[in-house]
Amino acid sequence: MTTATAGAAPAPAAPGNGHARAGRGSVLDLPWVRFAVRRAGGLVLALALLVTVTFLIVPLLPGDPARAIAGSAATPQAVATIRADLGLDRPLPQRFVEYVGGLARGDLGTSFRYRVPVADVVATRLPYTVQLAVPAIVLVLALAVPLGMAVGVLTRGGRRRRLDVAFGVVAGAVAAVPPYVLGTLLVVTLAIGLKLFPPGGAQTPASLVLPILALSLGPACAVARVVRAETSSVLEQEFLRTARARRLPAGRLYLRHALPNLLTSVLTLTGLVLTSLLGGTVVIENVFSYPGLGTEIVQAIVSKDYPVIQGIILCVGVLALLVNLLVDVVLGLVDPRTLTGGHHGG
Amino acid sequence: MAVDTALLAEAALRGPAQRRAWRRSPSLLAGGAVLLLLVVVGVVAPLVLSGRAETLTGDANLAPGAGNWLGTDPFGRDILARALVATRLTLLMAAGATALSFVAGVALGAGALLAPPRVRQVLLRVFDAAVAFPSLVLALVVAAVLGAGAGSAVVAIGLAGIPGFARLTYNLAQGVATRDFVTTAHLLGVPGPRVLTRHVLPNVSGPLLVLLTSSFALSLLEISSLSFVGLGVQSPQYDWGRLLNEALPSIYTAPWLVLAPSLMLVLAGAGAMLAGDGVARLVDPRQVHGAPAAAPAPAARRPPDAVVLGEDDDAADDAVLVVDGLVVEAGGRRLVDDVSFRVRPGEVVGLVGESGSGKSTIAMAVAGLLADGLVADARTLRLRDLDLLGRPPARRLATELGIVFQDPSATFNPALRLGSQLTEVLRVHLRRPRAVARDAVVAALTEIKVTEPRRRLHQHPHELSGGMLQRASIAAALTTGPALLVADEPTTALDVTVQAEVLRQLRRLQREHGTAVLFISHDIGVVGALCDTVLVLRDGRVIDRTTGAALRAGEANHPWTAALLAARPGTRQDRATA
Repeated sequence: MTTATAGAAPAPAAPGNGHARAGRGSVLDLPWVRFAVRRAGGLVLALALLVTVTFLIVPLLPGDPARAIAGSAATPQAVATIRADLGLDRPLPQRFVEYVGGLARGDLGTSFRYRVPVADVVATRLPYTVQLAVPAIVLVLALAVPLGMAVGVLTRGGRRRRLDVAFGVVAGAVAAVPPYVLGTLLVVTLAIGLKLFPPGGAQTPASLVLPILALSLGPACAVARVVRAETSSVLEQEFLRTARARRLPAGRLYLRHALPNLLTSVLTLTGLVLTSLLGGTVVIENVFSYPGLGTEIVQAIVSKDYPVIQGIILCVGVLALLVNLLVDVVLGLVDPRTLTGGHHGG
Repeated sequence: MAVDTALLAEAALRGPAQRRAWRRSPSLLAGGAVLLLLVVVGVVAPLVLSGRAETLTGDANLAPGAGNWLGTDPFGRDILARALVATRLTLLMAAGATALSFVAGVALGAGALLAPPRVRQVLLRVFDAAVAFPSLVLALVVAAVLGAGAGSAVVAIGLAGIPGFARLTYNLAQGVATRDFVTTAHLLGVPGPRVLTRHVLPNVSGPLLVLLTSSFALSLLEISSLSFVGLGVQSPQYDWGRLLNEALPSIYTAPWLVLAPSLMLVLAGAGAMLAGDGVARLVDPRQVHGAPAAAPAPAARRPPDAVVLGEDDDAADDAVLVVDGLVVEAGGRRLVDDVSFRVRPGEVVGLVGESGSGKSTIAMAVAGLLADGLVADARTLRLRDLDLLGRPPARRLATELGIVFQDPSATFNPALRLGSQLTEVLRVHLRRPRAVARDAVVAALTEIKVTEPRRRLHQHPHELSGGMLQRASIAAALTTGPALLVADEPTTALDVTVQAEVLRQLRRLQREHGTAVLFISHDIGVVGALCDTVLVLRDGRVIDRTTGAALRAGEANHPWTAALLAARPGTRQDRATA
């Protein structure tokens, strides 16, 4: 849950950050204020959309939702109980207000299966998913940026054509394998074949290795390809010739001058990768029978436990929003031009 | 995959397809071949292999062998046959989902374009918000509503793909809609929807087709993932995801069961990746790997020895810069041919010529900043006692050779504050503490009349005007007290009035500091006003040597110089020295 509480902070905290960098008494923190305002607007809209969509799941159920949930064998009395439980006997706007009001109080409803608050179900499962997603995200960036930059630098101006082709083929091939297939293959080879890692569960830290690898290798290669392409184009920019004219050491030239300029476009795309990585988590957990939100929501959908479905979708949606916000804040730090402009991701 | 989609779409936006690139895109051919093969399998396999794929036999759980290459499942069915037969359902579902995303997405995107501004803003905000969510999570919402099943998986993935198409359609169409021919159509009174269908949509069809291809692959993999977790295709039907799902419980006893569906999924993914790469290269020739780039340039041949040096040999020893017999070649083509000159202390030497005359190439050869593929050689190329052809120490080069480039909006690093850029040489090479370096730059900025110099250091380049930036780069170049300042068309990118001011400051500082300057310009008026000695270049050769004074007087002893002088707009000369 720390992510959620920390996540609420970045927008208001961001101006302070910019202030520290800009120097005392400077007017330069204005862009951060504008950024916070603009971003807050988008965030509110996205949240509203998310809440509306999760709310609509139940009213949109075909036929009589209570009957569908109870199953065809249920007694009329059981159906009536569920109808009252879901508030299906009240008008739609009133239910929406109640739903939003419940959310505001942290009440996500009660699970049909477990008979416990959905908030508890989510709170038990969320840490497992965060344990997978956060290291995977870190690994994607930690692999992709150095690898892509190294290849971009080594192949600049048409040098080392063979490395260029080899990288393109290998990274492209790995990026093309969906995580659940990669995960399955990793289980068969590394867990069952070589017995290096546990094939599933979440008992030991070692059982995190394969799911994290399966989640991050593909996106890492995809991002590395982007980093490589961006590196090549940044290295051709005139300001890099200016930096060369200052005869800077290679490390400073590439890290201080090239890297921040790559990051703008790379991070923009990374935002997309990371949200899709969250989606991948849902699937990958099922490969490894990993007790996170992903396995839970699939079971909930199969057994029509709608409050749990709603709760998890809300939760994953909020995670996606936080990831996007984080990407935008980092973008603003490395390239302040993105703060003010109507910069669209993707 | 999301990255690839975005990349493809972005690449597609950059430029029109070039037909010749087809031949240069083996990956498109390979990817296309793989996808075509899958389609053929999807058509043929169910006709031929249904028996093997669906008949229950006693040969349960056989490991891969001669009779069944990839083994059999717990019901004795040939798993390769099952994977091949499943191709049809997998492809059909992916096609259905893609069609749904495409049609609805294009309609919504186009609708947003035609909608009144307020509705459009709302729609765009909604697209943006929707794109921020993982499409698989949107798909789970739909799956939750419709329940598990093949049909609901198609609808789920199809709906989840709509925002992407809608936003791309809008972005593309909006780009085209502001172009002249569309505006013209509007002015001619062609109604909006007609403009859209007749003029706008055909012009964005290329990028949309690119997205369609990659979106097909993405749908395929996502539908398979729904089937894989048990929310898609239900038994007895089977697609690749379902086969993988069924293989999972017996992964210990029969690990080979995952092979066939995994292979098919990898094949489809890789095929789509190759095809996508190919298409992206097709629409963006810059990405082509076989692009000409740098042919390993043969070392430039040294010009014959013992040719006359500069005009006054006696001054050779105290010259700041000696260029003797400079040759620059690119892949065998000679861009600069046997150019010799020297720059004495405090002297301003101008190189003037049309674009392509080799003047900037000379400047970059002197600075050691030639582009990839260009190779320089000379009998002598030295800055004071530094041999510029060797590997001169970075610190001396950085501090003794100042450079001012042409376009200030492109030569400053957009991501870094001015302070860190302008003080960099002082800090990195002269090891000045940060505060000392900043003070030095502030003093230099003040000297060149940049207003509010301290505040400028906190700003990013985009917050300053071009003239301001160019003065800042002149000031920074002079902070190390360089022996030579190379100014490569320093005012070309600026407005005329700004030009005059920058030149006036450059001339003033040059006089006060006594810095030698190598000044490159295509403008013979500017060169005449600023320079002591002037070399006129044409096709990489020095064709005339004259003086600023002579040019100011309108005298030219070479016909080409005279022609350049005559070509100046008007007779009014910019007296930058005034």
